[in-house]
Amino acid sequence: MEINLLEQIVIPIIKILFIAHLLIIGVMAMIWSERRVSGWMQDRLGPNRVGPQGLLQPIADGIKFLFKEDLIPNHVDKPLYVLAPAMLLVPAMITIAVVPFGSSITIPGLENPILLQIADINIGILFILAITSLGVYGVVIGAWASNNKYSLLGGLRSSAQMISYELTLGLAIIGVLMLSSSLSLRTIAVEQGAYPWKWNFLIHFPAFLAFTTAMFAETNRLPFDLAEAEQELVAGYHTEYSSMKFAIFFMAEYMNMIVGSAVVVTLFLGGWHFFGLENVGGEGSILAGLISFAIFFIKTGIFLFVFIWVRWTLPRFRYDQLMNFGWKFLLPVTLTSIVVTGTLWVVVKENKQLWIGIGNVVAAFIVVAIVAGMLAMDNNSKSAVQSTPAAAPLRGLDAVE
Amino acid sequence: MLIDYLPIVFLGVFAVLFAAVNLSLTHLLGPKKPTRVKLSVYESGVQPVGDARQRFSIRFDLIAMLFIIFDIEVVFLYPWAVVFKTFAENEGSGLFILIEMLVFIGILLLGYIYAWRKGGLTWD
Repeated sequence: MEINLLEQIVIPIIKILFIAHLLIIGVMAMIWSERRVSGWMQDRLGPNRVGPQGLLQPIADGIKFLFKEDLIPNHVDKPLYVLAPAMLLVPAMITIAVVPFGSSITIPGLENPILLQIADINIGILFILAITSLGVYGVVIGAWASNNKYSLLGGLRSSAQMISYELTLGLAIIGVLMLSSSLSLRTIAVEQGAYPWKWNFLIHFPAFLAFTTAMFAETNRLPFDLAEAEQELVAGYHTEYSSMKFAIFFMAEYMNMIVGSAVVVTLFLGGWHFFGLENVGGEGSILAGLISFAIFFIKTGIFLFVFIWVRWTLPRFRYDQLMNFGWKFLLPVTLTSIVVTGTLWVVVKENKQLWIGIGNVVAAFIVVAIVAGMLAMDNNSKSAVQSTPAAAPLRGLDAVE
Repeated sequence: MLIDYLPIVFLGVFAVLFAAVNLSLTHLLGPKKPTRVKLSVYESGVQPVGDARQRFSIRFDLIAMLFIIFDIEVVFLYPWAVVFKTFAENEGSGLFILIEMLVFIGILLLGYIYAWRKGGLTWD
């Protein structure tokens, strides 16, 4: 096999350096905007002293982290303790490789157009699912190696939560795959086309909601941040970590958020498409490439804002509620979505997308109603059993009066 | 093509280097002033009691096993989902591949209902 040095080595490296740095800068921007937006939502200022509008605050934080004491406590399992942050960061960073962040640019003289994507592999979605699940190891190993009660509890909670919601994550995509017939993220984005009413979030609306919810749970964000519920577990699985090791846990979390948003945008929100704006200046031109990148960037940014927004809107779940929600609501809803999509695609002859979209929403409502009814029945029979001994003395009191 | 995966390897190398540089830089640059208290287990300021690695709820184990069972079934759905449309168009009606999947999901559903009824999904 012949390797084209320029096209297969040099250009990918340029793309990697660009995207990896963008990701790191994105993390800094997220840290800044998280604090500023939080401040704005709570009617206070947030960090505004370091640089204009506090923009240099993340850099100051980073430098401070670097010069802090790198403490390795006596009781930890040293190799695993040091390795754990890296095991969380590396998967978070690699996942971005298969996400297309724009259309393509044709440059005269080159054999193939330059795809705005690091690696267009045909098993993109499988790659994402496989690599993101590796992140659980970082959490579990970090928690176990710390030899701290808070860490261990946080790690256990977090791992159980992450694997529970991973099922939903995997199932929610299947409806999308059925209609696009491909595992490549670029193909899925292209299939959706330029207009919002053809995007997957309308056709698979329940799956879109389930996927987004699972994404929040996977990244350990509120309302699913039980792994690091401050009031109970101090900081969860990274309680014993200090200096840059702590910061790497933090960076990995933000990278997961950014990559997750990018994946949602690609799968459900049309990727880099927006009313044909991505083709201004002709398909394959540099201008069109830049515009498509900008559209993708803005969509991801809006989704990241939703992350912060939700954080200050919804309170934290209780652990049994979290497990119930994942296993008893999201799982049946996504399963039904697959069945409905398949059945309607075969049965309906015209306007398939429209009917699948309507059918999915209706079916999701029915499933949620059934599950809620069953849970209510369960609770009634349980409380009937429990209330008898407790109610007896009260009735006795009544009799005395 | 295997060459398509080369950029992912490059990115992996970059990510590992980034993590390694950060971890070793902070180790080199930070001050080293360990004390006995600093190096002990953090337990909200009180003397740590007992070992951290104690027994934990069996529920976590149960969830992990249920996850493995269901996740493997989900993986079987992927190849089916990818060929669904092409297969249905070639065959004509697509009824065969649909019923095949319904049977599979039916079996999955049976296991799911069993786990639910047995209380495997209830957390209290």
